[in-house]
Amino acid sequence: MNTLIFRTVAPFLTALMVLFSLFVLLRGHNEPGGGFIGGLIAVSAFAIYGIANGVAAVRQALWFHPMAIAAFGLFIACIAGLLSFVFAVPFMTGLWVYPTILGVEIPLSSVMLFDAGVYLVVVGSITSIALALEAEDDV
Amino acid sequence: MAVSPADLSAAFVMTPVAPADWLVVLPPAWCILAGAVLLMLRKSVRLQAMIAIPALAILVLVDALLLVHVSQNGPVTMVMGRWLPPFGIAFTADLTGVLFALAGAVVALAGSVHALSDIDGTGRRYGFYPFLLLLMAGVSGAFLTGDIFNLYVWFEVLLISSFGLIVLGSEARQIDGAIKYAFLNLVATTLFLIATGYLYGIFGTLNMADIAVKAAAGRADLPLMTLATLYLVAFGMKAAAFPVNFWLPASYHTPRVVVSALFAGLLTKVGIYALLRTLIMLFPIEREELSVVIALAGVATMLVGALGALGQSDIRRLLGYVVISGIGVMLVGLSLGSPGGVGGAIFYALHSMVVMTALYMVAGLAGRLAGTFDLNRLGGLHTRSALFSTLSLVLFFAVSGLPPFSGFWPKVMVAKAAMDIGAWWLVAAVFLTGFLTTIALGRVFALAYWRPAGEALPDAAIPASALLPLVALTALTVGFGLFPNALLATIQHAAQGLADPRAYIGSVFPGVN
Repeated sequence: MNTLIFRTVAPFLTALMVLFSLFVLLRGHNEPGGGFIGGLIAVSAFAIYGIANGVAAVRQALWFHPMAIAAFGLFIACIAGLLSFVFAVPFMTGLWVYPTILGVEIPLSSVMLFDAGVYLVVVGSITSIALALEAEDDV
Repeated sequence: MAVSPADLSAAFVMTPVAPADWLVVLPPAWCILAGAVLLMLRKSVRLQAMIAIPALAILVLVDALLLVHVSQNGPVTMVMGRWLPPFGIAFTADLTGVLFALAGAVVALAGSVHALSDIDGTGRRYGFYPFLLLLMAGVSGAFLTGDIFNLYVWFEVLLISSFGLIVLGSEARQIDGAIKYAFLNLVATTLFLIATGYLYGIFGTLNMADIAVKAAAGRADLPLMTLATLYLVAFGMKAAAFPVNFWLPASYHTPRVVVSALFAGLLTKVGIYALLRTLIMLFPIEREELSVVIALAGVATMLVGALGALGQSDIRRLLGYVVISGIGVMLVGLSLGSPGGVGGAIFYALHSMVVMTALYMVAGLAGRLAGTFDLNRLGGLHTRSALFSTLSLVLFFAVSGLPPFSGFWPKVMVAKAAMDIGAWWLVAAVFLTGFLTTIALGRVFALAYWRPAGEALPDAAIPASALLPLVALTALTVGFGLFPNALLATIQHAAQGLADPRAYIGSVFPGVN
């Protein structure tokens, strides 16, 4: 798998796939997509990068340990549910704000925060598994 | 597009939620939050216990406040995402659920302190404390949820966390135990899922209050017997009831002792809780039909456990059989179905959570003092530490059901309930089991504590962090043995609430009754 073509293309492919995974994450509220499937796309991006350049390169590029990313996702998903406390509505109620940034109204919600949490949990945990499987020798 | 508030009230909970009602979802949410933080700080070995122990202390506090709230105001419900039940997933805390959750939290707190000296830096780096917190999220969620599919999800959460805990250390023996444990538990979980799919096909709802109403209304035309039997087998397997109990002695002696202690205290009791919830609250008529089967399974479980305990020479394996024999008593209480029997089962489960955790800690400390878990080689523990020896003896008596300790009252309740319907064979089995357990543990005391040490003992002391939780759990046993009245009254209310779930249903669907 270690051909010159693959190694040259892999970083661009990875960047494109991560970007696409964010797009899938954000469109998931009303259309097909969402945190889980977006996360899986991001994981395949990291897996491609790992096949091309080795596990160490992926770990370095991610900066955080994959398990810590998953834990952070779990944390913000839980916070997204607990936000309801402030508004005296039941746990995990969808809460919305509509700030106008640069003249564009941007709907933000606790649902989106939760979905981002799911995204990070999937990215962290599956990347962790994928890297463990790819790292055959350097355990 | 403007939506008028009148439209929203058809789908949404419109009344503001009182802050006290948040106590219902807080136990699992808090555990997940703390578990996530611990996982992020996995490499900071020193911080792990410093965060986990206060977090579990807060969990105990939250569960205690919830118990006060529920005993004053009746069952409390919160529906996720504001959707009205049965469409929104309901969390409903009634007395039974809260009592189990509180006992579980106390056991977990004791375990987390005990782990200070039992789990080394490697174990902490591999995530003992995050796994413990996520296990508690699963356990608390299972006790407090009011939705049967959600119960399945919490079972999965606690199961996955327990896989992590059981392989902590990655020794070959542990992997062997973990595979047996994992395989048999996955079979039970699959049966649970099949039963739940079938249930959804029959009722079109997963909300337990809704199921209770619909089952009571249309019982004659529905295949509820199949459902009740499937749940009995699935949860019986989780609870390690005869004849599906063999996974427990095969796996519980392999992990770290504190992990065994937590498993013995928490996991089988989640199975018992689920049996109580489904068979007493949802399918009482079907349970009546099955009562002889459950009673026979209970008696066999008790006797297999007690005889197995007599035949073992490894203390940890021996305790695995003692766990099983306790499950038998709870099953007999369940099979009777009367308030006394169910109350006895609930009380015995709470007692067993505390006592079995403490007994595994005793086993761990005995092993640490003498350097072995083998009864043929153990000896001289009484001369090593008289305090430890006394605590052990109290716990041995408590688990055998001797007065004045907490194991005595639930056995009396179950025996009395059996006498009321003239089932003398059940009474005889309960007392025979108590007798056999006394002999089995008396043998441990005679060999490991009284017998002079055959060989030079390793020079080990009991650290305070290991002794403190043991003393606290023993104090609970003695306390509830000497002053059982308040607990007995609460448990009677809990058992009545299960048998007659009108208050539970009313809390999920206000205005139905």
